[in-house]
Amino acid sequence: MTIVQFLLLGAAMFSIGLYGVLTRRNAVLVLASLELMLAAVNVNLVAFDIYLGDALRTGQMITLFLIAIAAAEVGIGIAIILMIFRNRQSADVDELDTMRY
Amino acid sequence: MLAALAPISTWLALLAEGAEEHGTAHEVHAGVTGGALVEWAWLIPVVPMLLTFLIVFFGKKSPWKGWGMATFGMAFAAVYGGVLAWVNLTDGILYEGAIDVGIIGDLTLQWGWVVDGLSIMMYFLVGVVGFLVFVYANGYMKGDVRYTWFFASFSLFAGGMLVLVSAPNLIQLIVGWELVGVSSYLLIAHYWEDFDNVDAGNKAFMTNKVADAGLFIGAIIMALSAGSFQFSEIFERMNAGETMLAQFGFWAGLALFIGAMGKSAQFPFHVWLPDAMAGPTPVSALMHAATMVTAGIYLVGRLFPFYQMPEFAGNIKPIIIVIGGITLFFMGLLALVADDIKKVLAYSTVSQLGYMMAAMGAGAYTAGLFHLFTHAFFKSLLFLGAGSVIHAVHSNNMSDMGGLRKHMPATFWTFLIGTGALVGLFPLSGFWSKDEIIASIHYDAAHGGGAAAWFVLILSIGGAFVTAFYMARAVSLTFFGTYKGHAHPHESPKMMTIPLIGLATGAAVFGALNMPGVTQYFTDWVTMRAFPIAEHHAESLNWPLVAIVTPIVLVALYVGWRLFGPDKETQAERDSFTIPSLYPVLANKYYIDDFYMDGIIRPTMGPVADGTLWIDMNVVDAVPNLAGGAAVHVAGAVNTVDLTTVDGLYNTVSAGTGATGGFLRKAFTGKVQQYAALSFAGVVVIAALFMIF
Repeated sequence: MTIVQFLLLGAAMFSIGLYGVLTRRNAVLVLASLELMLAAVNVNLVAFDIYLGDALRTGQMITLFLIAIAAAEVGIGIAIILMIFRNRQSADVDELDTMRY
Repeated sequence: MLAALAPISTWLALLAEGAEEHGTAHEVHAGVTGGALVEWAWLIPVVPMLLTFLIVFFGKKSPWKGWGMATFGMAFAAVYGGVLAWVNLTDGILYEGAIDVGIIGDLTLQWGWVVDGLSIMMYFLVGVVGFLVFVYANGYMKGDVRYTWFFASFSLFAGGMLVLVSAPNLIQLIVGWELVGVSSYLLIAHYWEDFDNVDAGNKAFMTNKVADAGLFIGAIIMALSAGSFQFSEIFERMNAGETMLAQFGFWAGLALFIGAMGKSAQFPFHVWLPDAMAGPTPVSALMHAATMVTAGIYLVGRLFPFYQMPEFAGNIKPIIIVIGGITLFFMGLLALVADDIKKVLAYSTVSQLGYMMAAMGAGAYTAGLFHLFTHAFFKSLLFLGAGSVIHAVHSNNMSDMGGLRKHMPATFWTFLIGTGALVGLFPLSGFWSKDEIIASIHYDAAHGGGAAAWFVLILSIGGAFVTAFYMARAVSLTFFGTYKGHAHPHESPKMMTIPLIGLATGAAVFGALNMPGVTQYFTDWVTMRAFPIAEHHAESLNWPLVAIVTPIVLVALYVGWRLFGPDKETQAERDSFTIPSLYPVLANKYYIDDFYMDGIIRPTMGPVADGTLWIDMNVVDAVPNLAGGAAVHVAGAVNTVDLTTVDGLYNTVSAGTGATGGFLRKAFTGKVQQYAALSFAGVVVIAALFMIF
């Protein structure tokens, strides 16, 4: 097993996530895609951690933090989306253009 | 409790400050005896002045509503002045302390305190008479709406006079002079609800202001020619024979004398004093006795060596003696026709001030000041007596009085003593002082005084007759016959009669201070000056003059008693003795007031004011108008440049900014995914740049 395989996996997950973020209309799916991107980053971190043989396991530590932060972020994100849905009866990101010039 | 403590703490702070001031003080002239007594003499004017402010701020809450503080100030001055007088008599005091209060270029302004015979006499006089009048005022002013304010002004009045007499230079003298002037205005117009009283206050203030111009001009000439405002310096220059001072000495002396004429109510500036009766009686008493009107005499006395020197201001002496002579005789006559008892006394004061001025003009320094001293006692006594009567009958007019000797015995007897002193009956104080003046005028006439002095001698003997005559009339109409008024007369409270008795004692016995040939305490007292006083002083009584004057006085008293004493049905009949051609002239005050009104004031307010207004509108205003018009044109041109060039620049810049912003904002579509894509593209570009470089 070489690092390349994990990096390819991470790159694939990141790309899929990015695609989702940029193309999905539903805000929930955008959020889910965002989680996928974060997961790709986690994969990369763990892979490099093993590869570099870091005695302190820094990569894995950061991964743990990232998971925790991602969970929190999802909680807040879902809450925001729910509020938007309640107010506008829609979670379509294309319609959320109130910040337009 | 705290309110009561506040003045005490202020007082302590003042003492501490005073100690510092004392540290920087320097002795200008070493005294015969010095010590703390004279070094702290600056307290004499400062205490009443400070108490004025304390009364204004805390008076209403204090136990006696300001009366106590004001009276304390006077008691302080009286005791301090008395101690100084005693030390001066035994050892002699010559001291001049000063602190620098301001420096303008080469000119150093000083606040100083002179402690010599003349100023000690005034400290003592203002203190003692002021104290007794203040005590009296407690009873007289009871129930007044502005009781506290009255005592604040009254304290300022006496304090201003003390500032004046303690002055070692003309600047401080002017400060005191104006303090007295402004507080007299406040006091004369004390009952300002009645417009006549305001008029009287204005008249006093304005008349004094006209004369004050003389004082200012005199001070300026003096300073320019002698190089100093300092009295001691002026005398030194004079002693050194300064030619510049000799050249302008006459004009400086004359201008200063005009100032003195205003304050001392000499003809033709006497018009304000009788009207000043509008104030409360204690004010009249103090104003006519120790304060204000004595300021002019004091000024001439202070500059006496200057007026004595023939090559300096000596040529003014004939003017002084003639003005004094005219004042003492013709103003005395006016007292004959006045119905208001206070006006009788007011004209009497003007007349007595004429005596003092004539004495100064005759070169009799001691005689003039001695009369000032004794007059202060008996005139304040007469005024307070009149006030007591007015308090009892609620009227100023003698036609509402009569027969009061039974109702008010204490007032009657003290008034009688005052009258005796005023007309100059042996052995009361007025006899000694007035006789000394007449003797001095006689001496001057016989020793080069010329026709003017002989003329004034006759006037002064005539004045003695007039004085006795109008006082006989006033006493007869007030205290004898039957009562003509409507109120129920009663003796005044103890608070008012005790000061009367105190003043009567002074009026009776103070002649003993200066009996020619017997005692000369007063002469020693007031001639204790840094610069020697070259005056003539009588060694013994001038018996021939006494033999003329005393019978004249007795005859005048008898005639006055015969004419006005007998009781008649109505007051008009009692007071019906008139000399047909003279009466209208006297009743109209020689038409002097009318002349001032119609001859000076109205023309000034009419044509002259209109003309001045025209010149102001058309000539003086032309310059500002022209300048203003030009300024408007220049401003118009500047405005055009501003609108086109300066504003153009800013407008262009801001329009460009706006256009750019309008173009750039198109990128902000509000679509989140577009933003995300763009920022990812940015990351890619940065990553690419990293890879390449």
